[in-house]
Amino acid sequence: MQTYLPIAEMPVSVLLLIAMSAAVGFISGLFGIGGGFLMTPLLIFLGVPPAVAVSTVTSQVAASSMTGVLGNWQRRQIDLKLGFFLVAGGLVGTLLGVLAFNAIRRAGQLEVVIALSYLTLFLIIGGLMLLESLRSLLMARAGRPTRLKRAGQHPAWLKLPFRVRFPRSKLYASAIPILGFAALVGFIGAVLGIGGGFIMVPALLYLFRVPTAMVVGTSLFQILVTMTAATLFHAITNQSVDIVLAILLIVGGVIGAQFGGRAGRNMKGESFRILLALLLLGVGIRFASDVVIRPDEPFSITIQGQR
Amino acid sequence: MRSRAASRCLTACLWALMMGLSAMSPACAEGLITSLSTHRVLIGSNYTGAQIAVFGSVEPEGRRVARADPFDIVVTVTGPKLHLLVREKERIGLFWLNKEQRRFWEAPSFLATLTTRPFSEMGTGDDSRRLQWGLKNKVIATGTGLTIDPGETRFADALIRLKGSGQLYQEVERGVTFLTPTMYRASIDLPATAPTGNYDVVVELLSGTVQLARQQTSFEVVQIGFEQQVAWFARTWSIAYGLMAAMMALVFGWLATVIFRRD
Repeated sequence: MQTYLPIAEMPVSVLLLIAMSAAVGFISGLFGIGGGFLMTPLLIFLGVPPAVAVSTVTSQVAASSMTGVLGNWQRRQIDLKLGFFLVAGGLVGTLLGVLAFNAIRRAGQLEVVIALSYLTLFLIIGGLMLLESLRSLLMARAGRPTRLKRAGQHPAWLKLPFRVRFPRSKLYASAIPILGFAALVGFIGAVLGIGGGFIMVPALLYLFRVPTAMVVGTSLFQILVTMTAATLFHAITNQSVDIVLAILLIVGGVIGAQFGGRAGRNMKGESFRILLALLLLGVGIRFASDVVIRPDEPFSITIQGQR
Repeated sequence: MRSRAASRCLTACLWALMMGLSAMSPACAEGLITSLSTHRVLIGSNYTGAQIAVFGSVEPEGRRVARADPFDIVVTVTGPKLHLLVREKERIGLFWLNKEQRRFWEAPSFLATLTTRPFSEMGTGDDSRRLQWGLKNKVIATGTGLTIDPGETRFADALIRLKGSGQLYQEVERGVTFLTPTMYRASIDLPATAPTGNYDVVVELLSGTVQLARQQTSFEVVQIGFEQQVAWFARTWSIAYGLMAAMMALVFGWLATVIFRRD
């Protein structure tokens, strides 16, 4: 069954799109990440213009994180206080990121920057996570269970001034690294056109030692706020949100996110982290192969404007 | 640099002169009648592309001139113009990165050439370049500068190859058929990805390499109904449209939670 997309100006297969977005939604619900870094390249591969793909995916990410947030809310697995801190820092970072994005684009190096930063981010974060979770898995096998968090122990950089208590996350930390980190994620997200959940989740887990159960809901809350704002921003500034495409992606995405969330609840902390690490590594290797292996077609076309 | 620019300018002037001469050629003894099966292609929700028939006849006017070469028809369809950038990846250190690029200021978003027989049978390569026949020559002409340096055509080749794989650039040899000695017919295959806008159709009547007549007509591709309203709403009421899209995302997200609630 085919339908025509009015903004992307092309026909697409309805069932294919719903299946694709359901798969991405499942991963999104499972790991508490937006899934934009998976969906956007898939849409571009189908022939959707990149601008339309990026801005329409934001609305899908908003929808699937909405169901995720509601689900976590019912189980009281969201640290709203931490969430608001992340949103506040993230907004500042997003603003700076948009400025940097325009500067890099003017310099004509946007594609290179995007490809290389995807590659380094995914490989480093994925690699570190995989190493860590394999180590803790081996230690558990050997009968020495490791604990991510020891009561009353915090790294030195969390003891900077302006300490705030986040009782839900069992965190008593300075606001400076939290806001600073949220700003960094917002910055990277704006430059790469992604929500940044895949950076936020590992950071909350490892740098701030937030319990796994709390990480997903809190990260989804931050994504929900920023992606709703991004949908509005894209629709107003470049009119590239395709509402027909959005409906297809949302319907598949929210259904997938429901099942993903359910699957995530029955998963142990270690296997959760290993799977997320493998996913990030996989995407990193995929991006690496794009720029390292000799391309079949060295030429590419970009539309600069209409005449 | 300067002399190169000057020679480019000279080449351009010569071309313009030749084009002008060929358009004014006195051999207008034959008239050309052209018609399209439709002048408006409507895009609805089930649009998957369209076929447009071009047909007409060659009318001998007054005293018939005896011609050695048979008639040939060349139909050229040009879609809305785009400013395109074609980039080439090259190996730099470990990575394949975009390095060289060429601008095509007025590249057609859709380009089709349909002919009664291959250009090679009609005239020499020089003729076809001079008369701007064929995809390649038309595409090269939209690039920066009117370069005819053979090494420079790889960007135009790449553009034709990439666009051609999506049927956006087509060259159909023997795509025009003569039903009777004077009646011809051709069919334009418009893929669904061809953008909305105005499409020019030029029909040329040739004998050998002599252009006997030229007719120009056009059709437009427009969205209708729901598709048109959505596109219009997104452009005109972008704030309301954005709010609607954001609200829709939140409502759908909430609905899914309600529908899938187990406990």
